[in-house]
Amino acid sequence: MSSSIREAFADEPPLISYVAAGDPDAESTKEYVRALVRGGADVIELGLPFSEPIAEGPTIQQAIRRALDAGMTPDRYFDLVAELREDAEVDVPLVCMTYYNLIYQYGDSEAQRASDASGKTASEGREGPEPFVEAAAEAGISGLIVPDLPVDESGPLKSACEAHGLDLIFIVAPTTTDERLDRMLDRATGFVYVQGRLGTTGARSDVSTDTHVSLGRLDETDLPKAVGFGISERDHAREIVSGGADGIIVGSAFVDLIAEGDEVADRLEAKARELKEGALDGAEKVPEPEGK
Amino acid sequence: MSSESKFGDYGGQYVPEALMPAIEELTDAYERYVLDNEDGFMDEFRERLRDFGGRPTPLQRADRLSERYDREVYLKREDLLHGGAHKLNNALGQVLLAKYMGKDRIIAETGAGQHGTATAMASAYLGMPCEIYMGRTDINRQRPNVFRMRIHDAEVNPVDIGSGTLKEAINETMRDWATNVEDTHYVIGSIVGPHPFPKMVRDFQSVISEEAREQVRDQTGRLPDSVVACAGGGSNTMGTFHEFVPDEDVDLVAVEAGGSELTIDEDEDLAPHSASLSTGEEGVLHGARTKLLQNRDGQILESHSVSAGLDYSGVGPELAYLADEGRVTPVNVGDDAALEAFHRLSKLEGIIPALESSHALAYLEEAVLGEQADDLGDLVVVNVSGRGDKDLDTVIEESEKRDLDAAPSMEVFEGEQ
Ligand SMILES: Cc1ncc(COP(=O)(O)O)c(C=O)c1O
Repeated sequence: MSSSIREAFADEPPLISYVAAGDPDAESTKEYVRALVRGGADVIELGLPFSEPIAEGPTIQQAIRRALDAGMTPDRYFDLVAELREDAEVDVPLVCMTYYNLIYQYGDSEAQRASDASGKTASEGREGPEPFVEAAAEAGISGLIVPDLPVDESGPLKSACEAHGLDLIFIVAPTTTDERLDRMLDRATGFVYVQGRLGTTGARSDVSTDTHVSLGRLDETDLPKAVGFGISERDHAREIVSGGADGIIVGSAFVDLIAEGDEVADRLEAKARELKEGALDGAEKVPEPEGK
Repeated sequence: MSSESKFGDYGGQYVPEALMPAIEELTDAYERYVLDNEDGFMDEFRERLRDFGGRPTPLQRADRLSERYDREVYLKREDLLHGGAHKLNNALGQVLLAKYMGKDRIIAETGAGQHGTATAMASAYLGMPCEIYMGRTDINRQRPNVFRMRIHDAEVNPVDIGSGTLKEAINETMRDWATNVEDTHYVIGSIVGPHPFPKMVRDFQSVISEEAREQVRDQTGRLPDSVVACAGGGSNTMGTFHEFVPDEDVDLVAVEAGGSELTIDEDEDLAPHSASLSTGEEGVLHGARTKLLQNRDGQILESHSVSAGLDYSGVGPELAYLADEGRVTPVNVGDDAALEAFHRLSKLEGIIPALESSHALAYLEEAVLGEQADDLGDLVVVNVSGRGDKDLDTVIEESEKRDLDAAPSMEVFEGEQ
């Protein structure tokens, strides 16, 4: 089975770009996603904001705070996704990046909402991640990234994703052992998210040597590999793709532009174009891998 | 292994992948050194707790409280442990373990500052560099402890995000750990976080109940009817309960901070209390599935307590489990009652308790003489988890604000320094 996310890797290295949904408000997010797609983004990671984003650095933490303050909730998020899906300009896969508590809690709150509407007492919520995944699939989400859910605890979410045709994308860290890597690759679909360096998200001024080591360990994998954490410039994109990555993931560099609040859409488009060109440059230097 | 990482459905390991290998390494070290006493780790830990920490702490009969409540009241004096709180039991255990594991840097978060102080102290004692994350609000209300940490040569990193309390400090420490995981050990301050922390911290703290159980038998010839301890994350709580858990006739009462009221402000997304055990919903925070203060979407709510050490939106998974099982009874008392209990113990027994511990003492008053009418039985052990020196500024200010009868007036002394 080939997913829409995986297809994004078919011809050239995709630019996977992250924005926090609702930063600074839902209407702006739509405009920004359109701008990113115009600039060449092939997959959009849309962050569903959680109050305790332990994997994020300051840039994305603040974006999440702005989005929460502006009233973003899981239900509004799904509405936003559905609207983006109807937008002819946005013809790329959308990936939901969020933390497990929101996924887990959604079933309970769904039952609660139903009972509020009907005036009856809350029936038992549907336990576990299934209701969230169902709602995500209906809205038009193609895959999930959950940074606080290691492969060991991912069983229930994985089943729900299989039932609703969503990819579950795992993050491989520089510290990941070979044994853990095998376990992860058993369950991963879509692509492998290679964490380029230890620490949290955030734009950096160089490419970590960890990136090359991690990519080397994934040589044999037939899933595409995309590198994230720290990429902010054309040269990083080129270096990473020429070093063997099949795609690049960029978040903080875009979120920084949103935070600055100045001609955001134009600058996002230009930044996306710059990074995409860097990735394309990098790709020309690698020979076609065998068997692809 | 994953079944052992849980208490019923609670617990587990919900952390970024970058941390998982370190957590597996820690799990392995926990099993070898703590559970199997490899290389005599536990012997060394006990010895250092005795020599450096001043264990055993006394179990003291509180004569005037016994009279007031017309039953035998015994206090487990963790306030007399070196550093002034039970926190040293865990901090010393973990810093020592980090040494056995060959780590060369210690990080920790702190709320009341007691855990930070204990970690800084243990790090100084064992020669490890140490950095502590602390929320800005907590820095402002626990200044003496900030100085103590600095005096022990620990870096104190202020955390300005959110409400600037323990929850934010934990987030920030996890981020540091994710960046420096290869050489750094994160000394979590309570029975929270991913497995093996909840079990390991409980094991280090269980020395409280090991001693208390033996002491109460030596001194009274029997086991108590109930054991009472305050619950923030729950480390002094489980430490005080653990050895009594199999004694089914002993009631175990966990006293949470009821803050200013128990209802949640839905508009502000604020919980004016931190009673996650009594009012929280199951969810996942800081690496574990447990009971949490959260809104219907799963966003974590800011908690409130006059006591910094109880001001946390979650609780340890083992306590959540034991509460569901009915083995532990969760109750709560408000800020005012805790302040009154602070003054009461200071006046009646000559012991200034931490505001955290004051919650446990306040429950005694409410259960025996007040609203919560509860049968604590004829023999009650209360854990005094720490001493209240760190809280004096808060207590004076908050008592004045409330015009508390029990509080001495400090007004005439102002400006005389
Ligand atoms: C004296 C004292 N008691 C209790 C607590 C609450 O923590 P726990 O519930 O983990 O014992 C603290 C926390 O800082 C404390 O300093």
